[in-house]
Amino acid sequence: MLTALSRIIKYGILGFWRNGWLSTATIVVMILALMVFEGLIIVNVFTGIALESLQDKIDISAYFKIDAPEDEILKIKKSLEALAEVKKVDYISRDKALEIFKTRHKKDETVSQALEELQTNPLLASLSIKAHNPKDYAAIDIYLNQESFKNLIDKISYAQNAIVIERLNKIIDTIKQLGLLATVIFSSVAVLITFNTIRLAIYSNREEISIMRLVGASNTFIRGPYVIEGIIYGIIAAILSSLAILPMVYYASPYAKIFVPEINLWSYLVSSSTSFFGYQLLFGIILGVISSSIAIRRYLKI
Amino acid sequence: MITFQNVSKNYNINHHSSTALDDVGFNIGVGEFVSIVGKSGAGKSTIIKLLIGEEKPSKGRVIVGSYDINKLKSSKLPELRRHIGVIFQDFRLLSNKTAFENVAFALEVAGRPQPEIKNFVPQALEMVGLSNKKFNFPSELSGGEKQRVAIARAMINHPDVLIADEPTGNLDPINTAEIIKLLLKINELGTTVILATHNKDIVNDLNRRVISLENGKIIKDEEKGKYILV
Repeated sequence: MLTALSRIIKYGILGFWRNGWLSTATIVVMILALMVFEGLIIVNVFTGIALESLQDKIDISAYFKIDAPEDEILKIKKSLEALAEVKKVDYISRDKALEIFKTRHKKDETVSQALEELQTNPLLASLSIKAHNPKDYAAIDIYLNQESFKNLIDKISYAQNAIVIERLNKIIDTIKQLGLLATVIFSSVAVLITFNTIRLAIYSNREEISIMRLVGASNTFIRGPYVIEGIIYGIIAAILSSLAILPMVYYASPYAKIFVPEINLWSYLVSSSTSFFGYQLLFGIILGVISSSIAIRRYLKI
Repeated sequence: MITFQNVSKNYNINHHSSTALDDVGFNIGVGEFVSIVGKSGAGKSTIIKLLIGEEKPSKGRVIVGSYDINKLKSSKLPELRRHIGVIFQDFRLLSNKTAFENVAFALEVAGRPQPEIKNFVPQALEMVGLSNKKFNFPSELSGGEKQRVAIARAMINHPDVLIADEPTGNLDPINTAEIIKLLLKINELGTTVILATHNKDIVNDLNRRVISLENGKIIKDEEKGKYILV
């Protein structure tokens, strides 16, 4: 058993080495396939963070009438927080709103002068509400529009933002769907190309396989070295594709930052490089082994 | 040790049944040297395919040593083939293995230990006169040398039978004579040899048992026979 295993491994390595060109070609194809995967993962992470930051910017605010008592507002805040759709509710009191307004217009002389002349605080208290899912804003809007709140709430920002929110929702949905579609298509293409390359490599060895059978080799003994070769392809391709992606991401990272400031692709890649490499290795080996095993099956019948 | 009992073999090609062997029967004893002769398509290759278990008979029984080919499971096939040495017209060497590795391979698949391989393989190569070409790949060997590697590989497991399917078809007369000499030597050492050929001169010079086939039937089976063209 052990001698058989060591012979299988020996012939796997020997076959890999002696079929140098074929091995190189297969590995190159596999590297490309793995890079497609890496690319897909990175693009998915990128769009994920981008969409999240976009979603985070959406909120609706309910502005309360000037005479609305604070404890009533806080009651509504509590009731909002109890809703499943609501992620976060921030209460901005009239004083706080003024403060924010002042700091925002610090440099604008006319505004600060106008405020001083006004003497009273013209700003309204408000609740700023964030939903888990941007689609839920319509429901929250309906909730806020109920009769019992009518004498407290002055206006709700949803009406003015509704079109924008809806359009953003559509864009987010489309991007997610396209991303999934692209992942499915590209990964199937990558798998099929790799599988075919390995199949061709084994096809070119069909004569050898029939000879091995003739000499009395068992199927395991014939298949073994090809599976080992598949493992070697996977390991080498995973290492090389991981190395190849590093400079690409390094140079692309600043451009990604222009689109979404929250994102740092480079540090993401560095921080998760171990699991990244692990996945590639796993994927490469699985791809190699399964392709080899399937491809060789039809030549083991006689 | 080899028995064919009323063996017929039909191939179905495009729904047309063609008969390759028709009610063939013979026995071959231990240590015999038998030539199977006939034109191309007479059924020589089919007999060999049945002997090595590549095909099963449509009718009748084929027995090789202790193996009943009719009932042989495909998992037992490798075992059968380790008891039979086969050489072919096109040599069938593993092109990416050296002469040494080609011969060693037959021992390795049988699970023999490494020291035995180190010991036996050089001996076998010496027997066929190729000690100096151990580390050459098949592409670096001549036709005669390739066939001798194939013989060394066929003999390394000490098989009970050596089957030679047109072994000299690709060789010049000098190499042909040497290969036949080698087969005779192997036979003298006790191995049954079955030689399928359509080379008249070889068969007539051998002066051994000849089974003549025509259109899938045995037309003659003679001790010390000659190859007579019909």
